[in-house]
Amino acid sequence: MRDQTETKMNSYRTGPDEHGRFGLHGGRFVAETLMPLILDLEQAWNEAQDDPAFHEELNYFLRDYVGRPSPLYYAEALTEHVRGEAPAGKGAKIYFKRDELNHTGAHKINNCIGQILLAKRMGKTRIIAETGAGQHGVATATVAARFGLPCVVYMGETDIERQKPNVFRMKLLGAEVVAAKSGSRTLKDAMNEALRDWVTNVHDTFYIIGTVAGPHPYPELVREFQKVIGEEAKVQIQAAEGRLPDSIIACIGGGSNAMGLFYPFLDDADVEIIGVEAAGHGIETGEHAASLTGGRPGVLHGNRTYLLQDDDGQITEAHSISAGLDYPGIGPEHAWLHDTGRVNYVSATDNEALEAFQLLCRTEGIIPALEPSHAIAETVKRAKTMDQDKIILMNLCGRGDKDIFTVAEALGVEIDG
Amino acid sequence: MTQKTGELTRIDRRFAQLKEEGRGALVAFITGGDPDIPTGQAILNGLPAAGADLIELGISFTDPMADGPPVQAASLRALASGMTLRKLLDMVRAFRADDDDTPIILMGYYNPVYAYGVDAFLADANEAGVDGLIIVDLPPEEDEELCLPAIKAGMNFIRLATPTTDDKRLPQVVANTTGFLYYVSVAGVTGAQSADTAAVAKEITRIRNSTDLPICVGFGIKTPEHAAEVARIADGAVVGSAIVEAVRTSLDDDGKPTPETVPAVLDLVSALADGVRNARA
Repeated sequence: MRDQTETKMNSYRTGPDEHGRFGLHGGRFVAETLMPLILDLEQAWNEAQDDPAFHEELNYFLRDYVGRPSPLYYAEALTEHVRGEAPAGKGAKIYFKRDELNHTGAHKINNCIGQILLAKRMGKTRIIAETGAGQHGVATATVAARFGLPCVVYMGETDIERQKPNVFRMKLLGAEVVAAKSGSRTLKDAMNEALRDWVTNVHDTFYIIGTVAGPHPYPELVREFQKVIGEEAKVQIQAAEGRLPDSIIACIGGGSNAMGLFYPFLDDADVEIIGVEAAGHGIETGEHAASLTGGRPGVLHGNRTYLLQDDDGQITEAHSISAGLDYPGIGPEHAWLHDTGRVNYVSATDNEALEAFQLLCRTEGIIPALEPSHAIAETVKRAKTMDQDKIILMNLCGRGDKDIFTVAEALGVEIDG
Repeated sequence: MTQKTGELTRIDRRFAQLKEEGRGALVAFITGGDPDIPTGQAILNGLPAAGADLIELGISFTDPMADGPPVQAASLRALASGMTLRKLLDMVRAFRADDDDTPIILMGYYNPVYAYGVDAFLADANEAGVDGLIIVDLPPEEDEELCLPAIKAGMNFIRLATPTTDDKRLPQVVANTTGFLYYVSVAGVTGAQSADTAAVAKEITRIRNSTDLPICVGFGIKTPEHAAEVARIADGAVVGSAIVEAVRTSLDDDGKPTPETVPAVLDLVSALADGVRNARA
């Protein structure tokens, strides 16, 4: 466990407290049946953190199985394109942290390796997970296959329909994919079903949560497994530019890729930090997934955080073209960073993300996932207003192979037959 | 724990009365406003005469993650008919016009209460005639949120103990529990399979070492026979999913209530009550 007394009072890196709180947010809002399991997990997690053998094994798999460190890439062609459209002298240098090059095509695997090593330490013999876009489901199915554990992935029926390639990948990897048929049949409903499974199979099952949300200690431990993104990026940008970036940017659904990038930079006051939520059809339409911009604090899935909800506290349905951002909440640490003002949270619409998606394909020869396409939209927008000697570092957290059907449909292109 | 007023609550009085009668309680759960508000009110008002000793009135929520399909569906039916927590308190007020004795416990998830505002909710719930709260996603670790303010406001806060609540944890679970303790007989969601009675009896003996509170047992109790078995070994049997299923099966093809809806529910409650009343005869 981190020694809280050693950290400075004005640090943004001290959370959560012993109750799992980040300011107002976080906590352990779960049924009694799950409470002992969560306390066991916290204990196992604290022991693992102090065990050099755990870190050694984690680092081995991150290097030789995941392919870390992921490169930091100067997106020269995109930068030149932006400068061509910007006023004279404007157009910041754009760098991508290329976590889309990880095994399984996204940052999700960083966390899954960490959690399955914890599951193994705890003697658990069955793995469950929820998934939205399917990236976390694929990453979980991957590590379950590698470590020889049976795996059940809950996925909203709507998402199963729009993410068929990932459903098939999970099945190839030996996982059972179970459709969540309640509510909006997306990520939040998949999480409900995973919690129902966990409460029923308390003795043998480990729940690998895919984002920095859920009851304590999940938001902390997922962040700790993802912060490798920011730690590597910090070293890499120093090597490339001899200084830290002026701005760092990441997209946010639950917020694990963003937390991973942001955390090591939180106490670097000169680095501007920007999180990009999904604005769907536009915040003003009510059809969006921007819980910080359009929600208020509430309690769901084990934690307090900003939620999309009505006056009666009923959770409203999120909308985003990107299944991975289609969630009515956000990780509690982001909620706190929003309250404190350390991170600036903005949003990008479906259409802005689609445009950015195509722009990156054509300028850099990289097909990004729809999730980071939201961050690309914001990066391009900001780069145009910044001087050419400024630096933006963005987390390109997933690749877009899974999204080509969704994009084709949005563009009115028939690719089935 | 003593209430602020120092007076016994309706829940305390009801269990004292049942103890004199030498029998266990039938605790009937319905989702408030299921399948719509007028029908839900008729069901609620009819429960005491049908034999419900205590009533758990479910607060609808879009994401009931500890509930199985029957209660999930009941919650969605109520929400579709326009149910809110404010309207639920109105239902309690209407019930209290004719019944000042039968305890009503609101059961649900924290977010609707949090959205209402804890202080405003406790004041309005007290005034409406609510006696206790069961909030599934508020374990002892979060007692400062609602449990302690509720007890201070004179309301019972009923906690769930489960098969995963071991002896080390049990004292913490019962510490701020008042009214009665709800023993969840299986690890799982509502309406799932139930544990066998011998295993439950053993658990109740274990729990009685930690508390003098009445203990009611729920999850998976569906028939009068099963309710009777449980009422023999515990202070009460909670039936929920079977009752909301009786609502569902009485609906027409469009999901609307029929003339059969209210009698179907109350007949089942009567049969369950008979089982419980004859259990120790």
